[in-house]
Amino acid sequence: MDGAEVPVGIWDVLLWGVLPYIVLAFFIGGTVWRYRYDQFGWTTRSSQLYESRLLRWASPLFHFGILAVLVGHIVGLVIPRAWTDSLGVTEDMYHVMALGIGSIAGIGTLVGIVLLVYRRRTTGPVFMATTKNDKFMYVLLVGAILAGLAVTAISVFDHSVTDYRSTVSPWFRSIWILQPDVAAMAAASLGFKVHVLWAFALFAVWPFTRLVHAFTAPLHYLFRPYIVYRSRDSRRPGRGTVPVRRGWDPVGTPDRERTRTRR
Amino acid sequence: MRIMAQTAMVMALDKCIGCHTCSVTCKQAWTNRAGTEYVWFNNVETRPGQGYPRRYEDQEKWRGGWELNRRGNLRLKSGGRLAKMFGIFASPVQPELKDYYEPWTYDYENLINAPAGDDFPVARPKSLITGKDTRISWSANWDDNLGGTAGSGHLDPIVEKVRRESEDKVRFEFEQTFMFYLPRICEHCLNPSCMASCPSGAIYKRAEDGIVLVDQDRCRGWRQCVTGCPYKKIYYNHKSGKAEKCTFCYPRVEVGIPTVCAETCVGRLRYIGIFLYDADRVTEAASVPDEQDLYEAQLDLMMDPHDPAVIEAARAEGIPEDWLDAARRSPVYKLAKEMRVALPLHPEYRTMPMVWYVPPLSPVVDLLKDQGHDGEDAENLFGAIESLRIPVEYLAELFTAGDTRLVTDVLRRLAAMRSYMRDITLGREADESIARAVGMTGAQVQEMYRLMAIAKYGERYVIPSAHVEDAHNLEELGCSLDVDGGPGMGQMGGFGEASGRPVPVAQETFMALQARQTADDPTGNTQLAGRVNLLNWDGHGTPEGLFPHRTAEDVGQVEEPPGPADGTTTRSGETA
Repeated sequence: MDGAEVPVGIWDVLLWGVLPYIVLAFFIGGTVWRYRYDQFGWTTRSSQLYESRLLRWASPLFHFGILAVLVGHIVGLVIPRAWTDSLGVTEDMYHVMALGIGSIAGIGTLVGIVLLVYRRRTTGPVFMATTKNDKFMYVLLVGAILAGLAVTAISVFDHSVTDYRSTVSPWFRSIWILQPDVAAMAAASLGFKVHVLWAFALFAVWPFTRLVHAFTAPLHYLFRPYIVYRSRDSRRPGRGTVPVRRGWDPVGTPDRERTRTRR
Repeated sequence: MRIMAQTAMVMALDKCIGCHTCSVTCKQAWTNRAGTEYVWFNNVETRPGQGYPRRYEDQEKWRGGWELNRRGNLRLKSGGRLAKMFGIFASPVQPELKDYYEPWTYDYENLINAPAGDDFPVARPKSLITGKDTRISWSANWDDNLGGTAGSGHLDPIVEKVRRESEDKVRFEFEQTFMFYLPRICEHCLNPSCMASCPSGAIYKRAEDGIVLVDQDRCRGWRQCVTGCPYKKIYYNHKSGKAEKCTFCYPRVEVGIPTVCAETCVGRLRYIGIFLYDADRVTEAASVPDEQDLYEAQLDLMMDPHDPAVIEAARAEGIPEDWLDAARRSPVYKLAKEMRVALPLHPEYRTMPMVWYVPPLSPVVDLLKDQGHDGEDAENLFGAIESLRIPVEYLAELFTAGDTRLVTDVLRRLAAMRSYMRDITLGREADESIARAVGMTGAQVQEMYRLMAIAKYGERYVIPSAHVEDAHNLEELGCSLDVDGGPGMGQMGGFGEASGRPVPVAQETFMALQARQTADDPTGNTQLAGRVNLLNWDGHGTPEGLFPHRTAEDVGQVEEPPGPADGTTTRSGETA
């Protein structure tokens, strides 16, 4: 089934050749825009204050699970088969490992998020604090996880499912060199296509949901000094509530500027 | 030696009558917004009592502050950097809302709209968290006065500790008559453990005045600071998803006026001034092995503002002359270092807190009076301080990590001042032996009396303002309408409430009040939609929603309702 020739249609070009770049534009552009515009809204919006008995188990289960899933995706999508072959990793070894670790992480993630959604729905204050944006995001997130788990499960029993390492992965890598290998992705099984499209939707809305907190994972905490002094003077422009004065703005106090420009 | 300036506060607990004016004015100024209903930057606790949040001093449970590791170095009690990172998805020891209390409002509409019937209509309590009916079971100040102490005083972690150590349960009989108030704000520590716990590095200490603030733009809601602060004075705003804390009213302090809590204090028990401290030695001082040495170590950091070497070093750090002058006149320096009557709250947390307390002598005086003795006689007082072990031990657990000798010294100095000054007031010859007995001179006692009893506004609050040349770097300068969207915008960005740029604090209150008064849905309860919260109504005009809407036939029948027209009500501020 590797490299099987599949006719490439206009939809294939749109979905696997054009859509990835649109999603990337939303994902990157949206993140940059939100980082600049909405620092104050950039938070985990933790609901631990309301309830922590369920959260204590569900949240780490989900988060550590999804981190493991992320690593699995990077390994599967980025490392070409030739590399693992040259290391002497056989096809079977690779798949046993991928399936084993992947299923544990995936099921942990799923159990975690199901518990979190259950908690969100049944704990009064947490449900009250759930926005429409959150609900929409949960649908996309749970959908993407379910689609991914489903295609993994199906591939174990149904051997007509294509190998993602010769379809999805080459296509994924080709996106980044701006030469999308539409044919490779077009040859992938339907399950992969559903998973990818669902993930596209998730990534397109990512910057506009609370998921942005993932981008500010505080790794620098491991290296920064404990005590932070900050001077009023050296505060970077744009921080705080004083508007940034551009170089070309007339000199003067902000309140005068305002009266001058107004009418 | 690296000299830095620190704004600090001293509270003289003898003068606190527990009126909670400080708490209420602070709340009205800072935390009357959605998401901070349960938050009291300033609260007043009755001691013995559990405090707010309940039993916050039980660090075996809450794991706040610092401890020494095996090599004698400071480490966060709740764990090192890696442990914190692993606990980020579910903070292991974070207080929940039930540890504070569930805030509520009342369904006043029912009082007006209830149909005529045999039963009196009641205003049911509605939870501000869920919007549903709620049972009020606890609040920020539930174990107030003896009414609470008798019922829950035994839950006080310090009472537990003192009792465990004295193993004398009979004495609780006495403890029940022993009571005082403890107003608490953020300690603006020199070695803050909240700051050290913050994964984002959003909490910072201002280099100019030492005020500890949370950068609302950089806080990401990891909520480790709530665990880290042993005083539990960092709060999680559950609407905005950011940590908030007492700001030492920096917009006021920057222009030289005292904090809201100090300004409105009825007992005039708060003093604000600056310390010059040696920033290089803070870690060293916080790491002394014996907890009971922490007070002296902290006092050692406070440098003498009259010492030419200190002044020279301060100038080298760019501290302006008016600040050095304020440091020389600082009432907090006098009370803490020169007179040694102000003690830090829980020095054993190793955070070097900068809100100091003059411990109360009143339990001792009251007891003497109740027993028919002369409560202001020096001999009686000295004797009582020595023999009344429970209050002294209790105070020592609060202020000196259990060192009763230090507390006794302070109480003796206060007692000496009382009896020395009584002789003078009654026109008798001053008894210098009283002053000598506590290692002071008569002149020093009189100076202490002046500062503690009759100091005027300008002596209690010596606050150098921020500098004019820095004016444009101040947080609050500029037209107050000069933000995105201008007035009426509220805190609304593209992602709903609490997104977008933060509104400058001075207008935030105004806008929040306006938003609340006009909100459709203050608690998520649609029954309250369109209503005016009477607590927030300033008494002027008739805001939309104050009265029920009238239908056309009502208008035909009823005359104009006598709404409170402007000018007919007198504002209390004008008559006072």
